[in-house]
Amino acid sequence: MRVLMRVAAGVLILLLIAAVGFFALAWKGEIEPVAAVDRAQFDQELIEQGARLAAVGNCIACHTVPGQPAFAGGLALPTPFGTIYSTNITPDPETGIGKWSEEAFQRAMREGVDREGNHLYPAFPYDHYTRVTDEDNRALYAFLMTRQPVNSTAPENELPFPYNMRMILAGWKLLFFEEGAYHPDTAQSEEWNRGAYLAEGLGHCGACHSPRNRFGAIDPERHFGGGEAEGWQAYAINTESPAPIPWDQESLAFYLRQGWHEHHGVSRGPMAEVTGNLGLLPDSDIAAIATYVASVMGEPDAERQARAEALLAEVSQSQSPALVDAAPAAAAQPGSAQGDGAAIYAGACAGCHDGSRPQPFGGLPFSLSTAVNAPNPQNIVNVVLYGLPPADGEATSVMPAFGGVLNDEQVADLLAYMRERFSDAPAWENLVELVARTRSGEHKVAIRPSDGIERGPENVGASGGAED
Amino acid sequence: MTIVPQDEFSTDRRKGISRRGVLMGTGALVVSFSLARHALAQQATPAPAAPEPPKLPGSLDDARRLDAWIRIDANSDITVFTGKIELGQGIRTALIQVAAEELEVEPGDINLITADTGRTPDEGFTAGSQSMQNSGTAIRNAAAQVREILITEASRRLNVPRESLRAEGKAIVGQNGQTIGYGELVSDQLLAVEAQPQSLLKSPDSLRIIGQSLPRVDIPAKVTGGAAYVQDLRLEGMVHARVVRPPAQAAQLQDVDTTSVEQMPGVITVIRDGSFLAVVAEQEFQAVNAMRVLQQAARWSEDAVLPNQNELPAFLESTKGDIGTVAEDGAGDFSGQVFEATFTRPYQMHASIGPSCGVALMENGQLTVWSHTQGVYPDQEAIAEMLGMNVEQVRVIHMEGSGCYGHNGADDAAADAAMIAAAVPGRPIRLQWMREDEHGWEPYGPAMLIKVRAGVGQDGRITGWNYDLWSNVHSTRPGGAPSLLAARHRAQAFPVRPPNFNISQSGNGDRNAVPLYVFPRRVLWHFVSEMPLRVSALRALGAYANVFALESTMDELAIIAGADPVEFRLRHLEDERARAVVEKAAQEFGWSTDAPANGRGRGFGFARYKNLAAFLAVALEVEVERETGRVRVVRAVSAIDSGEAVNPDGIRNQTEGGIIQSISWTLYEQVTFDNTRVTSTDWSSYPILRFSSVPESVDVHIINRPGQPFLGTGEAAQGPVAAALANAVRNATGVRFYDLPLTRERVKQGIGI
Amino acid sequence: MAISLNVNGETHEVDVDPATPLLYVLRNDLQLNGAKFGCGLGQCGACTVVVDGEAVLSCVTPVSLMEGREITTVEGLGTIEEPGPLQAAFIEQQAAQCGYCIPGMMMTAHALLRKNAQPSDQEIRDALMTNLCRCGTHMRILAAIRRAGELMQQAGAPQTDRRAG
Repeated sequence: MRVLMRVAAGVLILLLIAAVGFFALAWKGEIEPVAAVDRAQFDQELIEQGARLAAVGNCIACHTVPGQPAFAGGLALPTPFGTIYSTNITPDPETGIGKWSEEAFQRAMREGVDREGNHLYPAFPYDHYTRVTDEDNRALYAFLMTRQPVNSTAPENELPFPYNMRMILAGWKLLFFEEGAYHPDTAQSEEWNRGAYLAEGLGHCGACHSPRNRFGAIDPERHFGGGEAEGWQAYAINTESPAPIPWDQESLAFYLRQGWHEHHGVSRGPMAEVTGNLGLLPDSDIAAIATYVASVMGEPDAERQARAEALLAEVSQSQSPALVDAAPAAAAQPGSAQGDGAAIYAGACAGCHDGSRPQPFGGLPFSLSTAVNAPNPQNIVNVVLYGLPPADGEATSVMPAFGGVLNDEQVADLLAYMRERFSDAPAWENLVELVARTRSGEHKVAIRPSDGIERGPENVGASGGAED
Repeated sequence: MTIVPQDEFSTDRRKGISRRGVLMGTGALVVSFSLARHALAQQATPAPAAPEPPKLPGSLDDARRLDAWIRIDANSDITVFTGKIELGQGIRTALIQVAAEELEVEPGDINLITADTGRTPDEGFTAGSQSMQNSGTAIRNAAAQVREILITEASRRLNVPRESLRAEGKAIVGQNGQTIGYGELVSDQLLAVEAQPQSLLKSPDSLRIIGQSLPRVDIPAKVTGGAAYVQDLRLEGMVHARVVRPPAQAAQLQDVDTTSVEQMPGVITVIRDGSFLAVVAEQEFQAVNAMRVLQQAARWSEDAVLPNQNELPAFLESTKGDIGTVAEDGAGDFSGQVFEATFTRPYQMHASIGPSCGVALMENGQLTVWSHTQGVYPDQEAIAEMLGMNVEQVRVIHMEGSGCYGHNGADDAAADAAMIAAAVPGRPIRLQWMREDEHGWEPYGPAMLIKVRAGVGQDGRITGWNYDLWSNVHSTRPGGAPSLLAARHRAQAFPVRPPNFNISQSGNGDRNAVPLYVFPRRVLWHFVSEMPLRVSALRALGAYANVFALESTMDELAIIAGADPVEFRLRHLEDERARAVVEKAAQEFGWSTDAPANGRGRGFGFARYKNLAAFLAVALEVEVERETGRVRVVRAVSAIDSGEAVNPDGIRNQTEGGIIQSISWTLYEQVTFDNTRVTSTDWSSYPILRFSSVPESVDVHIINRPGQPFLGTGEAAQGPVAAALANAVRNATGVRFYDLPLTRERVKQGIGI
Repeated sequence: MAISLNVNGETHEVDVDPATPLLYVLRNDLQLNGAKFGCGLGQCGACTVVVDGEAVLSCVTPVSLMEGREITTVEGLGTIEEPGPLQAAFIEQQAAQCGYCIPGMMMTAHALLRKNAQPSDQEIRDALMTNLCRCGTHMRILAAIRRAGELMQQAGAPQTDRRAG
């Protein structure tokens, strides 16, 4: 009931804002369509620059339905307000952006308005893209306009009133949208600024990794403080990072480059596509992003550092920790929640996660797992229920889905056991309910093949060989 | 150097090794079956020089007596013996068809016994697509001769002319309805005779069973949970074992504290012999748990001995081994335009779905091993050598395993089981490899490097062809004990024997390196004597990479000549049967030179396997996703000529499978390693084709040749498909790919942005 | 620990470590050959069985979870003398080479067909995403599953698991 009232109040406020915004903001006019754009118009170098930038922007991930033609749109993006379908950004004149001039493209990136003048939903992260320079937008335009045109129309968005009224977006922008280019911080290094430009602009890290308010706008006070994407927790990547082993520039760069790190596991969920796409980027840009994000995370305090070192020592020394005590744990109290969790763990998880199979294809020892140590267990619920589906013909981590065999209580027992055993953090609450909501689809989760490790399998998983 | 022509898979090289005729038969007829030449060789003093015996058809030449192949009991039960094995290729069904046809009985009347050193003839390995050529031919001729002997005997007993008699329903029937059953006729050692060089085979137009798609006899059990595999064997008192392999091929066991493992529930014993480490437990999961703890307890020394994976081709080229001339027919004058290219193939896996398994029992000094080995006799010899036993003390019985596609872990698992059984006598040991064992320790299909230089003249004909390949011997068997992992790992290790460099007619690393096309050529094999990773025969051996290189080059030359690739091939093909499959595949595919739809491409590939087995041509349509580099085969159409088709659906099934497997190899597969270890250890790190990428259709058209010899089928598709795929990608993108596999990353990089 | 298992309609009492994967119990304690060991990692699908209507990878399923659940293996779909529709379809289409992966494929298909009697080609492919075949029998497996759907339709009633006794 309280939720409903809050929603109703929100709606009223939004309507007011919409009315004001509508008048306050200048009406966005249509930009004249252009005739078919020819590849010869663009410098090959510019197109290639655009490809690298598109990879940073991860454009292909949202604008492609897996298995369907690239950039043709139509991917369903569940949001708290309803489902939005990504648009076709191939240069098809009828259904894509074939009639868009560069000016129209620049305006969309900078202001969040389409060629005809319609306001765009901020699922298209123009609150970040507004930081992108005109030059980079020119390259992106060159890249997109030279893709294969695909005639394909995305389904209508499934948004209830009033969210289906695009005019309210004008009000939203008035309140939450700050247009404008990136301003370098002269106190920081050139590399840091490059990283910040990429991460805050095209990379739009904060779109997922920062919390949003109830209007779907990023909370500027809690930059990188953890958010959500397609049903997955995007962990805090500031000082609140829940990673048991603190990230540093080096581990971040490795992770972004390879899609995994031995102390953190593999990227999965929507992050898998991000790390997969970053494969096109030069090492210098990856290093720059890592430098910037590591600086936002800051140095861990002495206590956290000491705990991390102890953990690593434990993991490297342990003689198959999972197995040595799995049997007694399982035998101890069958029927008790912990005993059941231990038996499930020993039979279902230990085979891969006992630390004997190297990353990234072996399971991560859970004492190193951010998911097990995070305040919100959503990601580990997702992974247990749905697994990590295999990618098509690519070397990627694969994990079976356990949704078919474990009921809600059993998943909860397992997670409770793992939390107790592999983390010092307090027990999770309402696990059974969370599992049930995830399983029923009430909490929507995007499950896609884990195509993240595109740069594998070159020398992955063994000592000494993985440095890039 | 001297080049000795030798067929890699023949049993020749083991001939003369002591072997006994095993006494196993219990029926009316068989007292002992005779392996004539082996029995001779067993004599203490050499037999006086006899005239060379006449050449008999197929494997009859090695096991010359009819009763080595066919036994008929007093009650007319018919048992047929083959030294070949079922490995999912349907050979059991096809051999039954051949036997039933010539014996004039129904397929259901035949009880077929496959390879068992205690019962069946020695036919070496079931490999090289030779089972129908060798065993099928032997059984067909033996059956025809048995039928004629039975008719002659009936004619004698009934005192009627042979011509008035016919074979029907396990009996010889006369015109007046007189009937004598087979069982009645065979008494008195009737079939204990040597086969004749000539047989009265049934004429092609009178065949009832050959040429029919008889349903496979093994499938019903496989889909209903029947015991079908060695993995399903459960012997009284059987216990479970696991091995702990070193983390790397060059690693040595330094130290292991086994006390904690020995105290685990159900553990019977831990076996350590040098770097061979294994554990035996009452129950299977107990063995698995003990294995994991043992893994953690073991300390190994490891050296960084492997070359950089990315520089593997350069490594192969840098090995300075012998160079052999495979073919030389004037290299040509290279007039006109010249095309030069380097092609590579990585290490690839057999990657059986079921990890290898062996069951062994040591009892009263006699060792019995149940194995999915491809060669029970060679395996028997190797295991005996490893354990210092006499061959007579070891019996190896074949039971099916998961598909092997060549020399996978089967023999090694059998050896592991034997080692463990020797240490735990009296208890049947079931040794099951884990997934990591199979991926990490099977002998891989060898990496290869190929350089081609070819010219095409104004007239559109090839004017010169220099072809250099770098490869080692693909099959490392039979290699005796040193070919077995357990024997290599023992403290008293059997050191690996360096492979011999032989150039043979059917080819090895050089298989199909010689084009069937007509033009001047020079083909050289640069022998790589040592491989960084353990290798052995993988389906098609060198033919996979050689046909990929050859047929990719043919396409490039066609492009230079401005010719349609199919027409260009026909221009250089004289063999009528080769031309027929090329034309058939092109026609059924709807081959055209019209520009393909956007993102699509067409490709063609052809080869006659080994230049002496089945003819196969294939046309493919692919779709290339430019943004990701993902290649998907949309459809495949092939035509195959395997001579007389015994079981057309069996040929189709094998060929469909070969096409799909080769698509997987060609698009995705390479064994990865760092400077110390193999890093492809499971299906995550060694991806293969999944249903999402299976083509929309795969068609196989058989050109049947009644009356012609059986030609090996099973490996014919591997090379042509690889080439057709690369040619289709070239057609779709305008870019030639020279390195296998055609991964997304490679294709994406190749086609640019 | 003693556990009561309902497999193919029969109840079995087994005494095993509760962490034991179901696969080993089916194969060794109950002597059922259908489910196969392929990887032990939940990556290949050779061990697939159906539990309460869902396809489950028995190599990573602790037997302790199976108390009170209905387990169906390929043996539960029919016999060699009297094959069920799925088995009949696989035989009819000759959908096996080595056959090692096939029971797992069939159980995945069984779970799919129980929910969706006429799946599209894409739905079949999606369902089989984690089932690997190395012989390249894929086209026939797809055909057999489509055919099984038809046979079940012809039989009229929805396919139910065969009960012993």
